Amino acid sequence: MSLLLNILQVVPMQYYLMVSAALFSIGVLGVLFRRNAITIFMCVEIMLNSINLLLVAFSTYHNDSNGQVFVFFVMAVAAAEVAVGLAILVTIFRNIRSVDIDDLKALKN
Amino acid sequence: MLLLIFILPLLASLAVAFSGKALSKWVAFGSSLVTLAVTLLLYSNFHADAAFVKEWKHSWVASQNLNFYVVVDGFSIWLLLLTNFLMPLILLATFKKEIKKANAFYALVLFMQFGLNGVFLSWNGLQYYIFWELALLPIYFIVWLWSEEADKAVRTRTAFKFFIYTLAGSLFMLFGFMYLFSKSPSLDLQDLYQISLNSNEQIILFACFFIAFAVKIPVFPFHTWQADTYRVAPTAGTMLLSGIMLKMGTYSLIRWLVPIFPDGAAFWTPYILVLCAIGIVYGAIIAIRQDNLKNLLAYSSLSHVGLIAAGAFVLTREGFNGSLAQMLAHGINVVGVFFIAEIILNRTGQLSIDTLGGIRSVAPRFFTLSLIVVLASVALPTTNAFIGEFLLLFSLYQYNTWLAVVAGTSVILGAVYMLRMVKKVFLGNVSNRTQSFADLNWSETVVFVALIAVIFVLGLYPKLIFDTAQPVFETILQTASR
Amino acid sequence: MTGLYILILSPLVGFLINGLLGKKLPKAVSGALSSVAILVPFFIALNFFLGFNSGTQVKIDQDVYQWISIGEFNIGFGLLLDQLSSLWLIIITGIGFLIHLYSVSYMHDDEAFSKFFAYLNLFVFFMLVLVLGNNLLITFIGWEGVGLCSYLLIGFWYKNGAYNDAANKAFIMNRIGDLGFLIGIFMIMFYFKTLHFGALKEALGSVHVSHGLIIAITMCLFIGVTGKSAQLPLYTWLPDAMAGPTPVSALIHAATMVTAGIYLISRTDFLFLQAPETMTVIAVIGAATALFAATIGVLQNDIKKVLAYSTVSQLGLMFLALGVGAFSTGVFHVLTHAFFKACLFLGAGSVIHALHGEQDIRNMGGLQKNMPITFLTFLISSIAIAGVPPFSGFFSKDEILAAVFEHNKVLWAVASLASLLTAFYMFRLVFLTFYGNFRGTEDQKHHLHESPWQITVPLTVLALFAAIAGVMGLPEIVSHHHWLKSFLSPVLTPNPHAGHAIGNSEEWMLIGIATTLALGAISYAFVKYISKKELPAAEGTLTGFSNLVYQKYKIDELYSFIIVQPLQRLSVTAYSLFDKVIVDGGVEGVAIAVMSIGKRVRTIQTGNIGYYLLMMVLGIASILAYVFLK
Repeated sequence: MSLLLNILQVVPMQYYLMVSAALFSIGVLGVLFRRNAITIFMCVEIMLNSINLLLVAFSTYHNDSNGQVFVFFVMAVAAAEVAVGLAILVTIFRNIRSVDIDDLKALKN
Repeated sequence: MLLLIFILPLLASLAVAFSGKALSKWVAFGSSLVTLAVTLLLYSNFHADAAFVKEWKHSWVASQNLNFYVVVDGFSIWLLLLTNFLMPLILLATFKKEIKKANAFYALVLFMQFGLNGVFLSWNGLQYYIFWELALLPIYFIVWLWSEEADKAVRTRTAFKFFIYTLAGSLFMLFGFMYLFSKSPSLDLQDLYQISLNSNEQIILFACFFIAFAVKIPVFPFHTWQADTYRVAPTAGTMLLSGIMLKMGTYSLIRWLVPIFPDGAAFWTPYILVLCAIGIVYGAIIAIRQDNLKNLLAYSSLSHVGLIAAGAFVLTREGFNGSLAQMLAHGINVVGVFFIAEIILNRTGQLSIDTLGGIRSVAPRFFTLSLIVVLASVALPTTNAFIGEFLLLFSLYQYNTWLAVVAGTSVILGAVYMLRMVKKVFLGNVSNRTQSFADLNWSETVVFVALIAVIFVLGLYPKLIFDTAQPVFETILQTASR
Repeated sequence: MTGLYILILSPLVGFLINGLLGKKLPKAVSGALSSVAILVPFFIALNFFLGFNSGTQVKIDQDVYQWISIGEFNIGFGLLLDQLSSLWLIIITGIGFLIHLYSVSYMHDDEAFSKFFAYLNLFVFFMLVLVLGNNLLITFIGWEGVGLCSYLLIGFWYKNGAYNDAANKAFIMNRIGDLGFLIGIFMIMFYFKTLHFGALKEALGSVHVSHGLIIAITMCLFIGVTGKSAQLPLYTWLPDAMAGPTPVSALIHAATMVTAGIYLISRTDFLFLQAPETMTVIAVIGAATALFAATIGVLQNDIKKVLAYSTVSQLGLMFLALGVGAFSTGVFHVLTHAFFKACLFLGAGSVIHALHGEQDIRNMGGLQKNMPITFLTFLISSIAIAGVPPFSGFFSKDEILAAVFEHNKVLWAVASLASLLTAFYMFRLVFLTFYGNFRGTEDQKHHLHESPWQITVPLTVLALFAAIAGVMGLPEIVSHHHWLKSFLSPVLTPNPHAGHAIGNSEEWMLIGIATTLALGAISYAFVKYISKKELPAAEGTLTGFSNLVYQKYKIDELYSFIIVQPLQRLSVTAYSLFDKVIVDGGVEGVAIAVMSIGKRVRTIQTGNIGYYLLMMVLGIASILAYVFLK
């Protein structure tokens, strides 16, 4: 455990931040520019995980386990979300043979 | 015992909701009688010239100093008595009628009783607000779903307008309570009675609270939901609305508004009294030419409650006592006159007074009892309304002579529209609509006789009211003049 | 005190029994019961009265219980019995009993027999409350209560729409006056802190109030009085009130209720004496009403309408007396008037009864042969009201004229003219009804008959009193003892403004003039209707001024035009325009505004998910930017 701690501490904090920011930006851009709902979904997951990374990093850095607990919550919620979200997507695909978000305008009017 | 008064209706409401349709009205009626008995038992603790208070306090959210605080004193006991006395009669008034989904209907009525009793008992602002809104919910459904209006769009629209209008008014009050909460150690009434606010705060907060109450009462010009709602609602709903629910507003004027914001009251009183005076005359004038009986009664009610509201602002003993006496009188009389409308609607199928007439010949008992109720509502001496009207007009006179004269014209106009109504509905020759009009049956007679008994008891011996309420009003007067 | 309780409650018990059980009782029982319910109080009242007269009865002034008590106000439910109220008690119960007796026969064929008696008993009860109340608010209870009974009895035959209108009109006009009365009560309560008559009299001495206030108070009370006692401008309900059964007209609209105004002013004379301006107004209104109503009476053809206008006119004379400060004189005329006017109304009822509802004097005539007792009593009462000595009306009227003469010559002339017209139209009535040939239908002629004893006995008794009641107040030149004045002296305040008593010669002159005028008018009527056998003009043939008078100066139309119709138009406009469009429009306007904003804002929601996401990201980014760059 202490070894792991050391490794984490060897790598400076700003690296974690950069990776996390990069992952998050990728997620955001993916959400904004892709049209496939599944891709968007995965991008959302990337964003969540980028935040998870950040939480873990800070948690170790501050020696406070709250952050890690929080990550577990996020993962659990994300898993549930994936389950529900994918189910919805499957249903949508069955109905309109497409998961392109430009085709999903039935709520308007 | 204090808690029983509103727990009983709540439990009964649940019981009725899940009971059979045939049984439901008897369960509801029985429970309302028990509640009345409990209220009377509570009343028996009050004695003349001794300020009696019974309270029950339970910390609710301790960290925020929010309490569940229930108090009954010589003022609120009368509103409780009114509510719990009228409730069995209102239920009894529906007995002859075929009601769809009867268990749901009676459950809602009892739930409303729960809310109303809660409002009159609450001694804490938040709790009071919650009960205030709880009382609104059932009546919305009653108006909407059990309306006798044939046009479904009108029904929905009227119920919706009523709901939104009163809810919008209450939001101002919620804002007021939030502000008070930030300024006061707690929302308990005795803390609010000691709160010190500068006069600008008071003027704005007073306006917020007043709008909430004015919509509910209603005070001119916030009354336009009233006539439509009274007409569209099933008559039991109209009775609940006009007989009890609007008393929430007038009660709150005296209990909450005037003592908490004395400077606000001083600032707004002249304007409000003018509004009240306008409403008194305005309602009476409009009532003169109404053809729909319920519309006529709604506008007459507007005229009467204007006077009640005015009495709360004059800040004299006569004003407060008159206001209370008139609240009770109006509650009883308005239920009586709407019961007349209900019976006519049931038997002839419509309410247009031009097409009626001659009912006196075919239903003499109905005529006699109705006439007594009508005369009480035009405030003939020896009836309950005379005491209230006399004291209220006198308190207006204390404030300003001309205001009393203007408001006093309602004495004349009241006779004009009510006697016109009596003439068109009861007198003359029978029309083909009224030919087969059956006289009262036993349950209807019981309702009338009970109402009339109270009309005369309170008209001839109003000391009952004044004795218990006087000490409370002294306190409120002192608080209001701090 | 027990006697007083029985006296006041007995009619109420009669009302309750008749009202609740009436339909199940036989008519004879029902009628007898309510008559006894008035007879018992009559004997008690007589006992009180004799006690007062011999000085053994003391004044009773006692609260039964606290009625309204708030802070410094204590309004008790209290009774006051003194000389003044005892006189009214005699009239109410005495004449009341006779009229109950009369009604047993008169109303015999009516299906709502017991209801009629219930209402009559209720009326008597409220009238007793009115005259026995020891404060203004109790008087007000009676005041409104008798108004209610008047409403119920005018509209007794409720199937007739016109009768119901008359009933409503009576109630509403009374209410107009009552508002004035109420405001007067408020002023008294506000400044003197009491409504009790005795305490008020004392407070008037100790509390300092402006003279203007006293004028305002008395004027307000007088407005109330004009409603109840049918004075200008609120008199128009009384002639219409003749729609009710004739005994009602006799009891309520001639003998008792309409004199409540005189009672009230006499009871509060100490207030009115402080306000000479109001007294002048009362005198002028009284004189104007007396003359105005008398002129209308001259041209009416309905036997009851003539009597009704005569009542208005006589009430005007009473107020004229009060207005010049002669309170006991006003009361004197109330007493004599109660006898002869009740007798006249009952006589008219007897005639109407015999003719099966005919009320138009153009269709009567020659009835003296068939109805001797009715004729004789009617004649005696007519002589009394015309003011021919030595019948009762002469004494009271002469006293009024004498009091007015020393006060103001113009008012005296007006009052004399009114008396002259009274003598004329009363004998016009007598001659057209009882003399000449019968002008009705053959069918009616066959059924002409004298009425039964229940009708003739009250007529005889009343006529007897109408003839001799003058002894209560013989003028000074005949007797040194004016019984009524000394009887009432403990109650009524002596008038400080009274001038010097007029001399004997002037008094003789006044009596001479009055008698000459009355006899002259009677002779003129005799010439016109007996010698020349003239008949009143048929419907629609009158023109010019006489047509206007026949149409009662079109006062009803005027009121309708300037008050009723505008009010109704206002009601319609206020509802359909102001309430629906302006006030409710404002409320709906808010709702419409919210909806239209919603409609606009709605277009932001394109439904494109990509667009939403972009907006979300931009939103978060701008929030973050704001937070960090602040």
